[in-house]
Amino acid sequence: MTSHAHSAPAATAAARRHTLSKQFGDALLKGVCALIFLFLLLPTLVVIPTSFSDTQYLAFPPAHWSLRWYVAYFQDPEWIGATLFSLKVAGLTTVAAMTFGTMGALALVRGRVPLKGAVRAVVLAPMIVPHIVIAVAMYMVYMKWNLLGSLTGFVLAHTVVCLPFVVITVSAGLQKMDPSLEMAAASLGASRLRAFRHVTLPLLGPSFATAAAFAFITSLDEAVISYFLSSSTEKTLTRKMFEDIDFDLSPTIAVVSTLIIVMSVLLMGAIEGLRARAARRVKA
Amino acid sequence: MTASFKRLAATLWKPDGRRFPAPLSLLLVGPLVIGLCVAFILPVGRLLAVSVWNPDFTLAEFVHIAESPLYLRILGRTLLLGITVTALTLVLAYPVAFLMTRLSGWRLAVATACVLVPLWTSVLVRSYAWIIILQRNGLLNSVLMGLGLTDAPLPLLYNELSVTIAMTHVLLPYMILPIWAALRTIPRDLPLAAQSLGANAFRVFFLVVLPLSLPGVASGVLMVFILSLGFYVTPALVGGPETLMVATLIGQQTTELLNWPFAGALAALLLGITLLLVTVFNRFLGLDKKAAS
Repeated sequence: MTSHAHSAPAATAAARRHTLSKQFGDALLKGVCALIFLFLLLPTLVVIPTSFSDTQYLAFPPAHWSLRWYVAYFQDPEWIGATLFSLKVAGLTTVAAMTFGTMGALALVRGRVPLKGAVRAVVLAPMIVPHIVIAVAMYMVYMKWNLLGSLTGFVLAHTVVCLPFVVITVSAGLQKMDPSLEMAAASLGASRLRAFRHVTLPLLGPSFATAAAFAFITSLDEAVISYFLSSSTEKTLTRKMFEDIDFDLSPTIAVVSTLIIVMSVLLMGAIEGLRARAARRVKA
Repeated sequence: MTASFKRLAATLWKPDGRRFPAPLSLLLVGPLVIGLCVAFILPVGRLLAVSVWNPDFTLAEFVHIAESPLYLRILGRTLLLGITVTALTLVLAYPVAFLMTRLSGWRLAVATACVLVPLWTSVLVRSYAWIIILQRNGLLNSVLMGLGLTDAPLPLLYNELSVTIAMTHVLLPYMILPIWAALRTIPRDLPLAAQSLGANAFRVFFLVVLPLSLPGVASGVLMVFILSLGFYVTPALVGGPETLMVATLIGQQTTELLNWPFAGALAALLLGITLLLVTVFNRFLGLDKKAAS
């Protein structure tokens, strides 16, 4: 904390000039940042009102308000089918990625894994390889395996994409954990398995929640691979949205978008809150 | 049953030292590695392989790309767009990240939400939103005409401009977050010390704050540039025929033409550039870390 009010009289003019330029700089920074924040939020601010529009064509702001596009969405079997299919894929992907990712993270952090560097590279690779490359490669191979448009194909592909997030998040949770807690449990007579079940796993709770939410949202949002793996009958919500944005641009897309935004924000907001609370508890 | 289970558990999980023994480690990591090899490494490997084995070893597909002005133009356009978007996100991200280090309480919460909400919003949703904003009778044209800046609606959509705007928007959070993380680690005493030694605000920024934030800038630049090279959805939806990118070209070659060798060669090129950049940046960042310690 510096206080310009107490500066020596001789330096007052310079200090005042300094304060003025600093205030100007601060105001400029804040103004520029306000515009950038507006840019960041603009699409969200535009999509939500559009979903309540009453017109056939896209107009912003809508002239009249209505819920007709919400009704249209919930009554359209194709939209509802794609939504339910995507939720099913995301749910199964989360279970698969959490199971294999947690096991892998435990081995990588706590175990003796030969060629650890290579294993880690394989696990993290889906994060670096461009999704278009993964998508086209899977399209080529899954076509031969008859997995295009199948639940198995989507869950397999999405699990690959979600695994790096799960392994990173759970590994970080394991590494941050205080080993003396487990040792304390062991010194009180708990077996390693018991200490692991009753001390380690509960302490990993926030990491698990974060990883699972990430996996779920990533699968639900995944657009490129889903686009290539979809068939004309079995498609994800993102493929259906892609087709509709490309061909007819009906306000139903705004409805779906609004529902996705609300769900993502609630889920990720809850996780963020959970993480902040965990961080406070560690500090206290 | 229980006895044999206990025996099995004992062999897998000997209480020697603090680490899991090798058999248990392998059991835990095995499914993950095998699954990734089958579902990920194998398909990508097959795609790369068909680009050079057709049916014997050949580099014809790569020669085809190198000799075609059209494909070279698409490649150049993709790289140029990547550079433009990276530069734009950097210019927009730095002030935001800098301001965020000075905020606290609800102001910081609001600023963080402004950055994270777009990040959590689907790329499809955001492409759709930019269509609403940039279309002929869209929000931006209405505003521009309302202000009298233009008489007729400007062609803002389905061209390079709309792709640049939408991609900058999608990738901006990926630039803000690492820069913010780097700026947060700078001890508050350092700028204050420089100030008390007589440096003015500009010198403090350029000689103290900026150099210390460079690792964050580097990882942001790497992430944004790599992601921009592989972008498929945004150029496909808000771009036009003259904004065909490498990713869109790969898609076309597969779904429309089933030309796997050529798609494989393009994929190999994209992947090669990406891996090269990651390696170079890693070395640069690694050296940076060593120098700091």
